[in-house]
Amino acid sequence: MIRLWRRRRRELVCREAVALMSDYVDGGLDPDDRVRLEQHLAGCPHCTEYLAQLRATIDALGRAEPHDLPDETVDELVRLYRQWRAS
Amino acid sequence: MSATSLADVASARMDDDAVLVDRVRGGDEGAFVELVNRYQARLLRAAQAIVGSRAVAEEVVQDTWLAVVRGIDRFEGRSSFKTWLFRVTVNRARSTVGREQRAGRPEEDLELRFDATGAWAQPPVAWADRVEDRIVAAQVAQRVQAFLPDLPEAQRQVVVLRDIELLEAGDVASMLGISDGNQRVLLHRGRTRLRGLLAAEMGDVR
Repeated sequence: MIRLWRRRRRELVCREAVALMSDYVDGGLDPDDRVRLEQHLAGCPHCTEYLAQLRATIDALGRAEPHDLPDETVDELVRLYRQWRAS
Repeated sequence: MSATSLADVASARMDDDAVLVDRVRGGDEGAFVELVNRYQARLLRAAQAIVGSRAVAEEVVQDTWLAVVRGIDRFEGRSSFKTWLFRVTVNRARSTVGREQRAGRPEEDLELRFDATGAWAQPPVAWADRVEDRIVAAQVAQRVQAFLPDLPEAQRQVVVLRDIELLEAGDVASMLGISDGNQRVLLHRGRTRLRGLLAAEMGDVR
């Protein structure tokens, strides 16, 4: 007998939702996991806040400016460049 | 800043780099200085993420620039100049370092915040909406950079290249000689830990 009944996929718990979020932010989840995560988020304010914090962390990294360079570093490199051009 | 405008900036910069590279090939010293000013501090940050020591990182980056001026005629533009530059730096840093592992802080035990069913036992204290304030956002950007040394080495390398330098996942995996899956796991762990450190600072006591 062919069983047409398929077990409905279990809903995500918060711990599992959190584990998927980094890939989710990068658009790297397969469609099935993405839908399950979005369903979980729709009913879970804590995980929604967690996701917002994760995004805020990633955005902050994207804005992190490197520290300024000391002038002597640039001078040293220009000297090397001149040597190379002269050789 | 929206994702679109970041992408626009990145693509404008890539064209701009190509122009500078052409000028450097032609012997334009000013163009070389401009490339150095644009990338030196960022290369140092990436090199330091790998070698640990600032002094060693400075040597690595100096070697990188030498390799760049020597190799610039062979740079064919199949990848962006930026990707090429970071690849040279990462390769040099990795061959320099004796692969010693430095211990960061112990893992934030996020697990302890869930109950036996996997639901939140100690839910996160809300702070994400405070970052909408521009002053708070600027402070958070500074703080998150200060936390980088607290990450284990492998996580820090991936976070710097992916989330700070915005390089592609596949490029980062190949630069670091790790699988795509490993790259994703390290990024997930690094981001998770940085979120935890920021949360502690934003008043969420673990």
